[in-house]
Amino acid sequence: MALTNQQLERYSRHIILKGIGSRGQKKLLAAKVLIIGAGGLGAPAAMYLAAAGVGTIGIADADEVDLSNLQRQIIHSTGDVGKPKVQSAKETMQAINPDVNVITHHTFVSAGNILDLIKDYDFILDGTDNFPAKFLINDACVLAEKPFSHAGIIRFQGQLMTYVPGQGPCYRCVFKQPPPKDAVPTCSQAGVVGAMGGVIGSLQAMEAIKYITGAGDLLVGHLLTYDALKMEFRKIKLPWNGGHLHPEITGLVDYEQKECGGI
Amino acid sequence: MIITVSGKSKEVQDNLTVAQLIAEEQVETPEYVTVSVNDTFVESGAFKSTKLHDGDTVEFLYFMGGGR
Repeated sequence: MALTNQQLERYSRHIILKGIGSRGQKKLLAAKVLIIGAGGLGAPAAMYLAAAGVGTIGIADADEVDLSNLQRQIIHSTGDVGKPKVQSAKETMQAINPDVNVITHHTFVSAGNILDLIKDYDFILDGTDNFPAKFLINDACVLAEKPFSHAGIIRFQGQLMTYVPGQGPCYRCVFKQPPPKDAVPTCSQAGVVGAMGGVIGSLQAMEAIKYITGAGDLLVGHLLTYDALKMEFRKIKLPWNGGHLHPEITGLVDYEQKECGGI
Repeated sequence: MIITVSGKSKEVQDNLTVAQLIAEEQVETPEYVTVSVNDTFVESGAFKSTKLHDGDTVEFLYFMGGGR
């Protein structure tokens, strides 16, 4: 598959990069990335991946755009309020780059549908806002042997880690099990700066691009934390013994808990 | 003794336990923090019994659930 003249121009800044080049750009165009959650993290991630020419982008979200989303979910605009987030996200991505095939999944992820949802994708981005979903995505990716990027944001803080099967610990290795409902503050209770989604969501997009193109080292075996008030990034090494540091995952669980519901 | 906590060097009393350090550091939601000492996770049930030693490196890993 040769790049068209338009593609050579659109992706010229990638193509001149040593770590990407036309070979890497073709990999991006052939890649399939699923973003779960079209919100604070998913919005900037989706926009950068669309702009980068990731050929197939799946976006999963059951919600509609709400006015309170617009402070951070920059893929949606004022005129999109009331529209399904996946539809609004698709329109923005296709306006940025018509090369991209956007597949919308207008649904909540659950133990019943997640394996089917992720099976056709090369890399998964967790842009969800609650621990049951984060553990479900982790467990499904471990079972299906899919790489994924975990991220979380709250107030002025964010965190990020990448899981690649067999190369490092997973989210459950570190955090074991979801905390009880309301035990840990959530973004609807504690607030979050919109730009935090931009910082951390863009880092998730960066990990996806690196995974697809093979450029550099992924954030595997480390947790990156960002404290905006101290303007401090820390890359914390995570313990790992070559396997999973928790009992074997044999099935998927819909934990009963809902955080930041509907926002 | 001197230990490293979240990347910063810190003087603490000898024989300090992980539980005491968590209290001293005013860790938010201490019941749900993940702790590693010298690149090994400490189970939450062992916070009280795990003593720290001079030169130890301690990391606190927090749940961060937001995203949308």
